[in-house]
Amino acid sequence: MDVLLDNLDLYGPGFLSTIWLFLISAAASLVLGVILAMLRVAPVPVMRAIGATYVTLVRNTPLTLVFFFFAFAFPLLEIVTSNTFGSASGYYFFAALMALILYTSAFVCEVVRSGINTVPVGQAEASRALGLTFGQMLASVVLPQATRAVVPPMMSTMIALLKNSTIAAGFSVFQAGSISLYLSERGESQMIGLLWVALFFILLVIPMSLLQRSLEKRWSIAR
Amino acid sequence: MSSVLFDVPGPRARLRHRLYALLTIAVVAGALGFVVYRFTVTGQFEPDKWAWLQYEQIQLSLVEALLNTLKAFAAGAVLAMVFGAIFAAGQLSDHKIIRVPALVVVELFRAVPLVVMIFFFHYGVLKGDPFYSVVLGLTLYNGSVLAEVFRAGVRSLPRGQSEAAQAVGMRKTQVMSYVLLPQAVRAMLPAIISQLVVLLKDTALGFLITYDELLEYARELGGAFQFDRPLVPVTLVIGAMYIAMCLLLTWLATYLEKRSRRNKKVLKLEKKPAEDVVAAV
Repeated sequence: MDVLLDNLDLYGPGFLSTIWLFLISAAASLVLGVILAMLRVAPVPVMRAIGATYVTLVRNTPLTLVFFFFAFAFPLLEIVTSNTFGSASGYYFFAALMALILYTSAFVCEVVRSGINTVPVGQAEASRALGLTFGQMLASVVLPQATRAVVPPMMSTMIALLKNSTIAAGFSVFQAGSISLYLSERGESQMIGLLWVALFFILLVIPMSLLQRSLEKRWSIAR
Repeated sequence: MSSVLFDVPGPRARLRHRLYALLTIAVVAGALGFVVYRFTVTGQFEPDKWAWLQYEQIQLSLVEALLNTLKAFAAGAVLAMVFGAIFAAGQLSDHKIIRVPALVVVELFRAVPLVVMIFFFHYGVLKGDPFYSVVLGLTLYNGSVLAEVFRAGVRSLPRGQSEAAQAVGMRKTQVMSYVLLPQAVRAMLPAIISQLVVLLKDTALGFLITYDELLEYARELGGAFQFDRPLVPVTLVIGAMYIAMCLLLTWLATYLEKRSRRNKKVLKLEKKPAEDVVAAV
């Protein structure tokens, strides 16, 4: 307990920064993921190929490598500089966001696409018979129904994203995962420090997985 | 594509689709062109930055780093499967005193981020060779996920399987090990292999505690001044290596799934919607 209370100045901002990292990248990867999923079911073969290539490449790359690229290699391309973000830590936060968003959106895309596949073909046929265009059909018939199948696996993708955000600790982003590194500088026990971090994540993740289970139960009956 | 979301296009739609295709190609070509432009401007195509590929010493070190990655993967995979099997059996136990702790352990290790676990083992408990911290972390995390996979597999088997086994006089352990687990493993093989892909990718976390694996070597090589710090080329090459390894595993999974679909002895288990997507880490 002492380790937590004595170092609240580390834990508070650390946890807060993790939550920010999670919220921003969750929102952005949901948007990007849905766009990718729409590409993957589009009638134009080129669009499908591009969506599929992106997902295959990203899904098979370790997230650590993506972080590695954005933290170390990307600055060498001089598209953005640390001046753009005011400071080096600002840049590293941006790099972590980019890595998390690009990586997670591939998984979001797969979840949405498999959700679309659970919608019976007759639904699409019926909406075509009514004269809806492809976009109208996706937006008002297929996607709303797919949501039902999508929510539980989407929750587990988001839980994974939350846990993945700790990798940022290895790349100079100050957040929950990096607390222990600072604790050792203060001569505190890293073991106990990390136990508190682990507890924080358990407290965040367990309600999310409980919610996921209850949604899964409640929504699977409805169809 | 399993569902047909659109009609066979007519002449006008075909024309429109061709227009969309051209637009998409233009956008993607623009994006790639921008990347190539940035690469050229910042000199990523300079022969200096790619010279390292020719050195035999570097190639050997690369293979050695790859072997270290595979070593962590192999150890983690075997141990995680054992861990998963034991805790799946524990969760399915009839005795509350075994079932509840098994459930708690699985939920616990699934909830804690793998990085935090590896840091914990490396800086808190083991403090020695990072290899053990990496393998222990991979085992506990992926083992817990595999335990859930095994459990879901056993649960989805028809009740008649265990009833029949009990009827011929098998004990509970025999029912589990001779009848239920083999069938569950077979039905869940694709999911198990997808989890192994996750495990393979997660070995890259060893980089964070300086385990000498592929990514750690990439950092070392990328900072080498005699090659003008070839971080970008090195990252691309290492990325291609990881993607190739994971694709090989994925192909194995698809191949096994196809084979098991042909085989009538494998039970067709009811699939939950959208469950074929394995969580992101």
